[in-house]
Amino acid sequence: MAYRILRQLLYAAALILAVLVLNFLLIQLAPGDPAEVIAGEMGGANAEVMAAIRQQYGLDKPILTQLGLYLGRALQGDLGTSYFYNRPVVELILSRLGPTLLLVTAALAFALIVGTRLGVMAARKPRGIASTLVTVLSLVGYSAPVFWTGLMLVILFAAKIPLFPVAGMINIVKQGGPLVRALDIAHHLVLPALTLGLVYLAQYSRLTRASMLEVLGADYIRTARAKGVSERRVLNHHAFRNALLPVVTVAGMQFGAIISGAVLVETVFSWPGLGTLAFQSILARDYPTVLGILFFSTLLVIIANLLTDFVSRLLDPRLAKGH
Amino acid sequence: MKLTPIFSRRTLLGGVAALIVLACSSPLFAQEEPQRGGTLVMASTQKPRHLNAAVQSGIATAVPAAQIFATLLRYGEDFTPQPYLAESWEFSPDNKVLTLKLRQGATFHDGKPITSEDVIWSLNVVKDNHPFSSMLEPVEAFEAPDPQTVVIRMKTPHPAILLALSSALTPILPKHVFDDGQDIKSNPKNNLPVGSGPFKVTKFEPGQYIVLERYDGFFLEGKPYLDSIVIRQYQDANSAVLAMESGEAQLYPLLDSTRLIRRLEKAQGMGLTDKGYAGIGPINWLAFNTKNPALSDVRVRQAIGYAIDRNFVTKALHAGLSKPAIEPVVESSPFFTEDVARYDFDLDKAKALLTEAGYGDGGKKLELQIDYIPDIEEQQRAVAEYVKAALAKIGITVSVRASPDFPTWAQRISNYDFDMTMDQVFNWGDPVIGVNRTYLCSNIREGIIWSNTQQYCNENVDKLLNEAGVEADQARRKDLYAQAFKQITDDIPIHYINEVPYHTVYNQAVQNPPISIWGPMGPMDEVWLKQ
Repeated sequence: MAYRILRQLLYAAALILAVLVLNFLLIQLAPGDPAEVIAGEMGGANAEVMAAIRQQYGLDKPILTQLGLYLGRALQGDLGTSYFYNRPVVELILSRLGPTLLLVTAALAFALIVGTRLGVMAARKPRGIASTLVTVLSLVGYSAPVFWTGLMLVILFAAKIPLFPVAGMINIVKQGGPLVRALDIAHHLVLPALTLGLVYLAQYSRLTRASMLEVLGADYIRTARAKGVSERRVLNHHAFRNALLPVVTVAGMQFGAIISGAVLVETVFSWPGLGTLAFQSILARDYPTVLGILFFSTLLVIIANLLTDFVSRLLDPRLAKGH
Repeated sequence: MKLTPIFSRRTLLGGVAALIVLACSSPLFAQEEPQRGGTLVMASTQKPRHLNAAVQSGIATAVPAAQIFATLLRYGEDFTPQPYLAESWEFSPDNKVLTLKLRQGATFHDGKPITSEDVIWSLNVVKDNHPFSSMLEPVEAFEAPDPQTVVIRMKTPHPAILLALSSALTPILPKHVFDDGQDIKSNPKNNLPVGSGPFKVTKFEPGQYIVLERYDGFFLEGKPYLDSIVIRQYQDANSAVLAMESGEAQLYPLLDSTRLIRRLEKAQGMGLTDKGYAGIGPINWLAFNTKNPALSDVRVRQAIGYAIDRNFVTKALHAGLSKPAIEPVVESSPFFTEDVARYDFDLDKAKALLTEAGYGDGGKKLELQIDYIPDIEEQQRAVAEYVKAALAKIGITVSVRASPDFPTWAQRISNYDFDMTMDQVFNWGDPVIGVNRTYLCSNIREGIIWSNTQQYCNENVDKLLNEAGVEADQARRKDLYAQAFKQITDDIPIHYINEVPYHTVYNQAVQNPPISIWGPMGPMDEVWLKQ
């Protein structure tokens, strides 16, 4: 067991290093450099200013030297200073990590809870109206691009019927204690979480439905029914727990995808998370920030995968006995 | 409306008298007593890097910085300087020495007095670091003979100096805070600077919001009226406009989408103005790479000029909201002149010029590429598409090349990898600051965006522009610029299309919206909210 964990950690470390190097090299392929962006921001610049900016950030050195310097610092936990915002990358990222985790967790929780319930509902009567509705809903939810869903929700529930705020995470003008703030954030969270959640809700409901249908045909279900176990208990206790396994695996694997989905959703809703920061940093050729975000996302995905492993073992003790 | 007691109880005479009083006071009605307090939420799509405008030019930093920092002078709705931190100023007879007297009792946000020491230190920081180096370039020395007096000595007369000392360009920083041995460009204090203006900055979340709070010790008695200003950054104009419509924000400057402007015109309780942009002087234009074999022929450039119908752009593409531009400065500039080569739409002239140059009907085939600044839909991409269609009519095949983002475009243009490009360039108040850079032979600098990327060089133009820069007499200066602009438009390194239709949108509760020449880049100490 200890060996297994150690091996996984080693893999993770190698993966992070590879991600850092690859990203560093990939980002150099993008045309234009930070000095040009900063000059653009300043409404023009002269040669001295441009040279000063390049020198200040070490952009005048050869790429491999830059990579070496970057890796050296990164290994010491220093991800550098944002070219654009002129403050430590770690500080920038940590201030954005919370909102992203909040959004992703909320969306995932919504998708998992509602999605699996819908799936179970649909599996009960595979040819019923409920089942068809779920299929249609999930097809639409899955095919519609998130930014479109997001914009439509904004137009409907923020502009036409002003139930929710248009954008952002907090109302800075609003005064009040922690409870007021929490409610304010929750209020802002509804639309973005719904938008991001809908895609996955579609997938999880379909997956649960298929998985439930398969499980419901298994021998032990027939046995349970023969024993006279109530239909509700059969569904929720015997079938659902087993049907959940593929959903958990998929959900864990998709964590990375959800983070990238968050980039779009955050951009649509001006949600102050890693996604908007990533988007702005790429446009600004703010290499240290982009690399920092990729580094943190890698960490998040690795952690999510370890957690998935753990949850799967809880759900299915047989997995732990293997190896 | 209910009748007031005055009418129901008094005699007719009394009623007439009351009417006269009302009539006489009605001009004052527009300037009713300002109410204090309240928070103004300003929507913005600009993302400032930091807030120290002494080392960072551009709108994004200038808007908050004009609130945080005072400047020596300020401007109203026209190009006449007004006292601000300096209460008076005068030039020496040879116009080479400018002496300014500072206001008594002015303090920084930490309570320390603002002295001439701080002023000359700040001016030196600007001179050494500000990207617009032409602003203070002729200055030989800044001197502080006593705590209230600042003397600026110049090598030559430099009429642009007054504008350079105003909002958005030369903020006054506290020397005792910033003079700490660190490089001022990367000083962490630039994020939450101690300032000298009407508002102090208390929070700055990059890419999200800036909170500015009233500075009670501000040197202009009784100002500012607002308790605080929150600048909220939105991802794009659409979401900023939605925020205006939902009441989340009350002021949104620098909106250039005519579709959204037209939409807001119909909205209830919303005011709109195109004032406040004379200082920026934003022009949307078509620039030529004059080293391109075909475009190096002035006749080809002129033909292209005649083939483009500015009216189509301003009326059809921009819904009648943008004005045609015909020369290097905007119409509201004091140096605007009618006497230039305008290139009003004339397809016959265009075809004739093209044939003369050996292209067009029966001549060589001409294929050109046009670039544009990405993410500026109506002003850039739409016009580039129109240029393609317009030039097809005189037999020039144009392909539109998109750039995925700004740095890509900037790299292509600044390294001369283009035939023609749409571009947007600002006047920045005085030709010395924002105009010369586009035309001077000495400013052909590879790799620098918004330098003379057309690689246009005419010694006569250089001479005229340089002479105008050191001409203290306004009328003669205007005449020199007129000659320069005539020559430039004859040579047509750039075909001017339209002035960018920047508008400021405000909720009707907002009184005195910023409409000075610097608009949102000027201090908002007189803005107030009607309850």
